[in-house]
Amino acid sequence: MSKKKIMLGNEAIARGAYEAGVKVSAAYPGTPSTEISENIVKYNEIYAEWSPNEKVAMEVAIGASISGVRAMASMKHVGVNVASDPLYTIAYGGVNGGLVLVAADDPGLYSSQNEQDTRCVARAAQVPVLEPSDSQEAKDFMKYAFEYSEKYDTPVIVRTTTRLSHSQGPVTLEERAEVEDKVYERNVAKYVMMPGNAKNRHVFVEQRLKDMAEDGVNMPINRVEYNDKKIGFITSGIAYQYVKEACPNASVCKLGLVHPLPRKMIEEFAKNVETLYIFEELEPVIEEQVKSWGIKCIGKEIFTVQGEYSANMIREKVLGETLELKAPSTVPARPPILCPGCPHRSVFSVLKKLGIHAAGDIGCYTLGAVAPLSVVDTTVCMGASISTLHGMEKAKGKDYIKNWVAVIGDSTFMHTGVNSLMNMVYNKSTGTVMILDNSTTGMTGHQDHAATGKTLMGEPTNAINIYNLCKAIGVEHVVEVNAFDIDALAKIVKEETAREEVSVIITKSPCVLLKSNVFPNKCVAIPEKCKKCGACLKPGCPALTKNEDGTIKIDETMCNACGLCKTLCKFDAIEEVAK
Amino acid sequence: METKNIMIVGVGGQGTLLTSRILGGIAMASGYDVKLSEVHGMAQRGGSVVTFVRYGESVAEPIVEEGCADVIIAFERLEAKRYAHFLKKDGVMIINDQRIDPITVVTGAATYPEGIIEELQKDNKVFTVNAMEEAKKLGNSKVFNIIVLGIAAKHMDYSKEQWLQVIENTVPPKTIEINKKAFEIGYEM
Repeated sequence: MSKKKIMLGNEAIARGAYEAGVKVSAAYPGTPSTEISENIVKYNEIYAEWSPNEKVAMEVAIGASISGVRAMASMKHVGVNVASDPLYTIAYGGVNGGLVLVAADDPGLYSSQNEQDTRCVARAAQVPVLEPSDSQEAKDFMKYAFEYSEKYDTPVIVRTTTRLSHSQGPVTLEERAEVEDKVYERNVAKYVMMPGNAKNRHVFVEQRLKDMAEDGVNMPINRVEYNDKKIGFITSGIAYQYVKEACPNASVCKLGLVHPLPRKMIEEFAKNVETLYIFEELEPVIEEQVKSWGIKCIGKEIFTVQGEYSANMIREKVLGETLELKAPSTVPARPPILCPGCPHRSVFSVLKKLGIHAAGDIGCYTLGAVAPLSVVDTTVCMGASISTLHGMEKAKGKDYIKNWVAVIGDSTFMHTGVNSLMNMVYNKSTGTVMILDNSTTGMTGHQDHAATGKTLMGEPTNAINIYNLCKAIGVEHVVEVNAFDIDALAKIVKEETAREEVSVIITKSPCVLLKSNVFPNKCVAIPEKCKKCGACLKPGCPALTKNEDGTIKIDETMCNACGLCKTLCKFDAIEEVAK
Repeated sequence: METKNIMIVGVGGQGTLLTSRILGGIAMASGYDVKLSEVHGMAQRGGSVVTFVRYGESVAEPIVEEGCADVIIAFERLEAKRYAHFLKKDGVMIINDQRIDPITVVTGAATYPEGIIEELQKDNKVFTVNAMEEAKKLGNSKVFNIIVLGIAAKHMDYSKEQWLQVIENTVPPKTIEINKKAFEIGYEM
């Protein structure tokens, strides 16, 4: 009997990869894609790794595919930008063993710096895209993706979104298919993309897309559900569920293949329904193509290009219902914050005191931009802190950046920050880079990386020494300091920002949430000694609040005894005691 | 039956994911179709978090929409108020009577509203519990969320035995007993 299990979308994607016979998986963590690899690693039949960045991950998967096994890479949408160089070209070369890229988009920006639509990348790269609508399809579509990849000699993108990746639903489990390795044969015309070869492959790519569009009519992942023909929807992905919720009796053309579009199926469907709506989150990718074929339909005229969709949106915009909804209460916002005991708070409190601006990066420390720390001035993408600081100096001169530093985490430094540091050395920068080394990839939930000494599969490995790496690049002045030693840190920051050479300050203290951390102590407030000066409150630790009389109060269930507040108190009103 | 809509709201780190896993597990074990939707990543860092659970004969969307929640389980007062407009007319709210100041309150940019529970009681069916205190009596403050779940359980379609079984299957083995006790405390309230 088949077994059913409730699975997270990402867990189902991993299961699909397993059942499809995948042998190699590479990824860099990024919400909402991280749990794919964290689940893949549970299957002993698959080699799984965290690569230092998405480009590397994609190339690892490409190599595995060329050698003849089924392989995949997974990443968040902005990771696809990093991986796009190999992606665009392997789209020409094609595959040997099936090759799948799982891309996780984030409509609604739950944990991202932009709201880009991977389907646009896929169209530009001329790579087909499959889009599942629930956990069961997430599993099934992975298997189709590998099948189509080999059949059409193409990498295939499986596109998910936050809502799908982080929703759970029942999934029927099946056995793993033991797929025989493809024979590798030297084929320069296909795998060496120099101009003459690429020219020929481009012809193949164009034909491949036409073939897939043609065959799409018969693919089981595309289907038409005819009901009441007054209203018809063309939809895909999670948006399909909103259609079924709001209009269970409407006719639906549900697309599993969202690029290239099965034109004949869509034209036939359009003929059979009175009013046609295109219901797709983010960009009008389907809509613009359908309209270009001269088909009348309604899309972004009434549906937004921003954020997530809902069933209520259809009830209002399509059915014209007036929903009697209560207005949300006006309540204080509760934005995410650095955890109690977070070493980044200590670093930022020092920078704030010194009046330093930080060119920031992607990670928990991006939260250094918000009050009360308000130190981080810029955040663009992975690794950008170092290069943007360099750009500022080249634009305005070395004095301009005397009160600036670049702030980047250890994992992000290994991702792409290291390239930017090479550039600083090469092009004679004088800036100061702070690597906030908390020994993990924190924001995404503690993944190992090249400098932690452990692989995704849990094996011990050589930990790249960040200090030595910076030295090897040619940075003369590299200083390591405990993130919580605020006096020493302040002195070092003053010295290094004054220095007219590139310098790196590595602040070391593990993430408080790491399981290997043990906190035997807690901080307690002594109200009688408290002078209500507020010095301890300045770094904005959530464990600290005030009593009604204005004296300090520490929530002992939240406190991790980092001791920052104790160090900041000049009146000994905070003590560290055993838990 | 009509699809039942449950929401769990609270502050990142309060254990909403464990609670939703139990809710998903029991729906599945009882033969319902079920979908859950959760928040991972950045928003979890002490931010406001919401988890949706929907079960019934056949469930399409994984989210609960405004004005549609049958039960809202709130692990914190301010979060109860934030999501109260999601509650159906005859819906039920179970509120853990705990205050966690958001950073906006700590820095003085906003004030924590007074009288939240009284205000919510005016328009809604509200049950409150100081689950933190009850959990401390049990010797582990972390199980407070299971006490709150115990109260909410009476407004759903499962027997006490089913709940205890699913808890046993879901929580870490070492904590089965204390979690079961926590559930019973809530259930008997």
